[in-house]
Amino acid sequence: MIDRVIPLLYLASAVSFILALKWLSAVPTARRGVTVGAAGMALAVAGTLLKPEIVSYRWIAAAFVAGTAIGVPMAMMPMTAVPQRTALSHAFGALAAALVGTAEYYLRAPAIDRFTMGALCLEVLLGFLTFTASLMAFGKLQEVLPTRPITYRNQNVLNLSLLCSAVAAGAYLVLRPEASWLFPVFGALALAFGVLLIIPIGGADMPTVISLLNSYAGLSAAAMGFVLDNKLLIIAGALDGSSGLILSVIMCRAMNRSFTNVLFGAFGQVQPSAEAAGRTARSAAPRRRRPGGSSRRPAA
Amino acid sequence: MSQEMELGLYVFVLATFLGIEVIRRVSPLLHTPLMSLTNAISAITIVGSILVAGEQKSTLSTVLGTLAVTCSMINIVGGYLITYRMLRMFRKSGKGKP
Repeated sequence: MIDRVIPLLYLASAVSFILALKWLSAVPTARRGVTVGAAGMALAVAGTLLKPEIVSYRWIAAAFVAGTAIGVPMAMMPMTAVPQRTALSHAFGALAAALVGTAEYYLRAPAIDRFTMGALCLEVLLGFLTFTASLMAFGKLQEVLPTRPITYRNQNVLNLSLLCSAVAAGAYLVLRPEASWLFPVFGALALAFGVLLIIPIGGADMPTVISLLNSYAGLSAAAMGFVLDNKLLIIAGALDGSSGLILSVIMCRAMNRSFTNVLFGAFGQVQPSAEAAGRTARSAAPRRRRPGGSSRRPAA
Repeated sequence: MSQEMELGLYVFVLATFLGIEVIRRVSPLLHTPLMSLTNAISAITIVGSILVAGEQKSTLSTVLGTLAVTCSMINIVGGYLITYRMLRMFRKSGKGKP
């Protein structure tokens, strides 16, 4: 009986997420969108809790309480701090994906087929990378870290080689899942790449980057869906992945910034200082305008 | 590749296109709330986290799973609350609108 109900709950949850995104993209229906999105999440959680595989609820309940206790005060930050709070919030979501991937690896390690292992590596890579990158984005917007883009010699070479070694480690793990010594190295490379990815990006581009990181977190969730063979995770993750990406493209256009520029930061253009100065000056302006602009305009 | 995986790939690709189409005409006013909502939806990782934490297959997986449930719960609560607060602010300042 329960086995028949759970897929229906998941299906309803997936539909809710689609409606949530659709309704949130128009002003009159926006609030309905949030409600439906929250309902979708509640359905997903309920469906998962009903699964017969779950033998103990003790730790889950404790984690629910702990997560709520941390999450609520975090959401009560001043409204001007929305972008960095979003960054902080999905740093946690991405970390969750990476942790689940790690747990799955150690549970199944040698007896895992290549396709699943590939998805698992993608999940862990994107999860850890998004975790540190989001923390860095948060630090920059909160002005804990210097907000201006930091560039140095051979930055591209360093970043690219780090990414390549992470991908190579992942590929090796796909071919030889029994090489468990490599797994922590793989995770560490992904974490380090996340930090380096954000260093060359200025504070003003951060909201766009956060939306992009959102998209990475979504893709990580979709990869988790392939690992666990769960269609709801795949649907929600893919929705998130593509809508996050498109949203960051749209935001770039609205702020008159080139998307590739933001995507790669000062990547590929360690340029004369005139350009760098221009970027920094530009950086300060849109940031003040954004949060204010979105609340003021409807009044007019 | 098994049939399940093939089906999964189809679902993934179709949902990707759906995500693009649904978002495409977003009102510029709603960029930040929408970012916040996609953030909240990415907390769907809680499904996997609950499974890993609840199956209790090994101590390591239970510990990691519990941590993951905590993290995704933070993401859910944070994501929806902030979106909701943002939209509430919206209505107050936009009272004149029909």
